[in-house]
Amino acid sequence: MEKQWYTISVYSENNVGLLNRISGIFLKRHINIESLNVSKSEIDNVSKFTIVVVAPEESVRKIVGQIEKQVEVIKAYYHTDDETIYQESALFKISSDLLFDERQIQNIIKESNSQIVTVARDFFVLAKTGRRHEIDEMHDAFEPYGIMQFVRSGRIAVSKAAMPITSILAEFQNQ
Amino acid sequence: METLKAQKKDSEKDTVMRISGAEAIIHCLLAEGVDLIYGYPGGAIMPVYDELYKFQDKLTHILTRHEQGATHAAQGYARVSGKVGVAMATSGPGATNLVTGLADAQIDSTPMVCITGQVPRHLLGSDAFQETDIVGISTPVTKWNYQVTKASEIPEIMAKAFYIARSGRPGPVLIDITKNAQFDELDFTYEKCKGVRSYKPVPEPDLKAIEEAAELINNAKKPFIVFGQGVILGEAEEELKALVEKAGIPAAWTILGLSAMDTAHPLNVGMVGMHGNYGPNVLTNECDLLIAIGMRFDDRVTGSLDTYAKQAKVIHFEIDPAEINKNVKADVAVLGNARQTLDLLLPLVNKNEHAAWKAEFDKKYQIEYDTVIKNDITPTKDGLTMGEVIEQINISSEHKAVIVTDVGQHQMIACRYAKFKQSKSNITSGGLGTMGFALPAAIGAKMGAMNREVVAVIGDGGYQMTIQELGVIFQHKVPVKIVVLNNDHLGMVRQWQELFFESRYASTVMVNPDFVKIAEGYHIKSRRVSVRSELKDAVAEMIASKDSYFLEVKVEKEDNVFPMIPSGASVSDIRLK
Ligand SMILES: Cc1ncc(C[n+]2csc(CCOP(=O)(O)OP(=O)(O)O)c2C)c(N)n1
Ligand SMILES: [Mg+2]
Repeated sequence: MEKQWYTISVYSENNVGLLNRISGIFLKRHINIESLNVSKSEIDNVSKFTIVVVAPEESVRKIVGQIEKQVEVIKAYYHTDDETIYQESALFKISSDLLFDERQIQNIIKESNSQIVTVARDFFVLAKTGRRHEIDEMHDAFEPYGIMQFVRSGRIAVSKAAMPITSILAEFQNQ
Repeated sequence: METLKAQKKDSEKDTVMRISGAEAIIHCLLAEGVDLIYGYPGGAIMPVYDELYKFQDKLTHILTRHEQGATHAAQGYARVSGKVGVAMATSGPGATNLVTGLADAQIDSTPMVCITGQVPRHLLGSDAFQETDIVGISTPVTKWNYQVTKASEIPEIMAKAFYIARSGRPGPVLIDITKNAQFDELDFTYEKCKGVRSYKPVPEPDLKAIEEAAELINNAKKPFIVFGQGVILGEAEEELKALVEKAGIPAAWTILGLSAMDTAHPLNVGMVGMHGNYGPNVLTNECDLLIAIGMRFDDRVTGSLDTYAKQAKVIHFEIDPAEINKNVKADVAVLGNARQTLDLLLPLVNKNEHAAWKAEFDKKYQIEYDTVIKNDITPTKDGLTMGEVIEQINISSEHKAVIVTDVGQHQMIACRYAKFKQSKSNITSGGLGTMGFALPAAIGAKMGAMNREVVAVIGDGGYQMTIQELGVIFQHKVPVKIVVLNNDHLGMVRQWQELFFESRYASTVMVNPDFVKIAEGYHIKSRRVSVRSELKDAVAEMIASKDSYFLEVKVEKEDNVFPMIPSGASVSDIRLK
């Protein structure tokens, strides 16, 4: 089966051991995690894991089944890129000298739609939010001039369709 | 007002106790109905052992001779009784010795709670003496695990542990408790866990799926049921029997489904899987409807998936949603507890008979009988076979014994030929195939069903993996019967070497000790048999014994177990020789 990008969204109780449990599920099946983000969710005291993989749907479906089976997981979903709105962000630390020496740099900053986070005597920091290819393009544009540090976050995503966690929790409450 | 307050205080005194974490652990166990646990003490769990000493009239602790033995004993106890088995160990090596038992219980869905001691909270992460990250280590082999670092957490976590271990698809839970949490005091009250909001143990039955299943069953010409341990865990034995009889469907068990139905039932067609029966394996690929009940299509059952039941529609009755379409695609999936779903299905199923179809199983049985079974059970050669020993156990125990098996040829032969009348009578390590399982598991099984005969059937190899548990049998006078089928080989591996590695017997020949002498060292009645003329009498003597009994039978050294589906082959290509 054909591999594709999938975003797995896991709603769970906050638990220290759960990350280990979830990553083990991928490890056991030799599925590489492209990116992983853990944050709070729209519901109080419910965490959200956003996991990106490139894999055939069949294995993603099975993985999501195994994830959902974990006691602390409330619900897990998977979506294709078309079914989600997603972003990544990146930070670029660049030498301040370049601002004055390389006129081209100013153009890149303008065209890349990035924000200047901070400017110090020796360096300045740019933040860029967008699709991975946009961040990659900006990275490629800066690379010839030298990047002091670069970091990119995991993907964060919301699905176009609803992920009705509140009703699942309400159902439990009513039992 | 004042008096009201005072009254309230008085009544609270009954339910709230100011006690140590260690004592709280005992009260939790008692509240969960536990009266027997297996374990091994050490530094980090000593406060709990001190409380066990004080509570010994209410809670029996059995000192196994190795922590692995404690887990398997707890498993044997759980599987025979349907209750949660409990094992306890200290931190570090005590905890790591539990790992095999946890993995075994996880893959065979056995309810078990393991409690480990841990170094005090302030030493966590410092590589303290006997500190090991047992929560990290046990994560992949537990249904749930948790580290308690505060005494006040104990009641809630223990309640949750038992609830999770026994509910839904059961499994092992490990609770790691730091030493400070055992020493510190808490205000103790106990409330049983009734639910965990992120965990839905039993899916709601879907009536539409059940109707679809009934329709497929009513229209099938050659329906075939394969059932597994889900029937036993879900206590659906009566419902299964009712379905089989009403719809007239031949039914086969997986190795963990053994004993969920009477062996002698006319529609019981035997065992599927690698060393299962010829008929049910071959006819899996000829049925038009495969009805899987509480089984998970393990590769030892299916052989090659590419050629497994491709011609058939598949109905899968299953409690664990993650099992649906995992290995075999289901046309209809019926989620839920098997007892509940079969009960709903039953009125929708038409009364039927499939005599011609059933006759095909009988025909295949005859072929298997002539080529394999006859020679296994009533051999004419000089050497003793494992099959005839099992047959003698059947006869002497009148099919009423709990049969506990280890792993290897003797296990396959015992599971093929043991006869059952009562559910929860087959205890074996199916999913993990853990050598060394049987002796401690038999101890647990006997203690979980003292009124039943418990016979452990063990190979000479696996016996030596947990042989030290003879000490428990001796010390506590546990009247289990132990049969070692001694072929002086790691027989099953030797068989594979013969068949697939041109008889290069790499490290499978064993020079064994005098097993009878060893048993005598533990003051266990014992006997060795090497000729057929003594077998019947020896087995009868063993079964008649009120005390524990050790019987070594010297069997043929190089016999093979057939039929056999070579790994990766199709169930249709099962070999009879
Ligand atoms: C702990 C463990 N180690 C290795 C194996 C692999 N193994 C499977 S069967 C077997 C041979 C068992 O020999 P024995 O106990 O004498 O039983 P027999 O097959 O001879 O009846 C071995 C080594 C295993 N299942 N478990
Ligand atoms: Mg052997």
